[in-house]
Amino acid sequence: MNRRNEIYMEFDAISENEGLARVVIAAFLARLDPTVEQLEDVRTAVSEAVTNAIIHGYEEKGGKVVMQAALSENGVLEVHICDTGVGIADVEQAMQPLFTTGSENERSGMGFAFMEAFMDRIEVESVPGEGTKVHMWKSFEHCGEGTQPILQAAVWNSDGRL
Amino acid sequence: MKQRLEDFAIIDNYLCIRMPREVDHHGAAGIRESADRLIMDDKVRNIVFDFEDTTFMDSSGIGIIIGRYRKISCFGGKVYAINTSDRVRRLLKTSGMSAIIEVLT
Repeated sequence: MNRRNEIYMEFDAISENEGLARVVIAAFLARLDPTVEQLEDVRTAVSEAVTNAIIHGYEEKGGKVVMQAALSENGVLEVHICDTGVGIADVEQAMQPLFTTGSENERSGMGFAFMEAFMDRIEVESVPGEGTKVHMWKSFEHCGEGTQPILQAAVWNSDGRL
Repeated sequence: MKQRLEDFAIIDNYLCIRMPREVDHHGAAGIRESADRLIMDDKVRNIVFDFEDTTFMDSSGIGIIIGRYRKISCFGGKVYAINTSDRVRRLLKTSGMSAIIEVLT
């Protein structure tokens, strides 16, 4: 396995940058050769956390979002999405599926539920008036096992010959 | 990505919405506003979300569907998701949406 690798990115809390954060995390993960599903799981979780920072942390009035990510020697990804916005008074309540402060027709209330569903572990630290930090982990230790690489599947027959 | 006029069509009493490549919070407001304007047209009874172009979606997409579902289901309308990829189907299943809307591949 490769040595530890870390990135740090700070960007404006505007919705255009949700896509940017997804592109960056996908590129960062590429060297692990993840499956499509693993990659999409992380992209979705990052999108949820960044969107929360923009909509709820900064109430769509702007600010700075920090995304830190690290890949450990044994293939564990950690991602930290931090804002210095309004914070969350009751984290437990905020993490309940379907809980939303957004108006009924606008938000699903599933942001944290998706982060929990698609990552191995998530922790949320928040102080009202100071901001929120979302920490997420996902293991890629068995990355690639069980799924045949596309090229191999397409080129080799069942005897393992061309 | 901006929603274009041709992404929305009313066929009989179905509102068909061609969803963008990436369905996230950034594009959600545009889709909601255009859809709701057309739902006001009383011919619309059912909604079809077409995911043929969609390669990414997060819970903002679920929010769009739930919101529109609430608007039309009280009048007996149905919501469909068509041309769904494995990924979109997984998100619809994880969120529980596949229990209340019709999901087609």
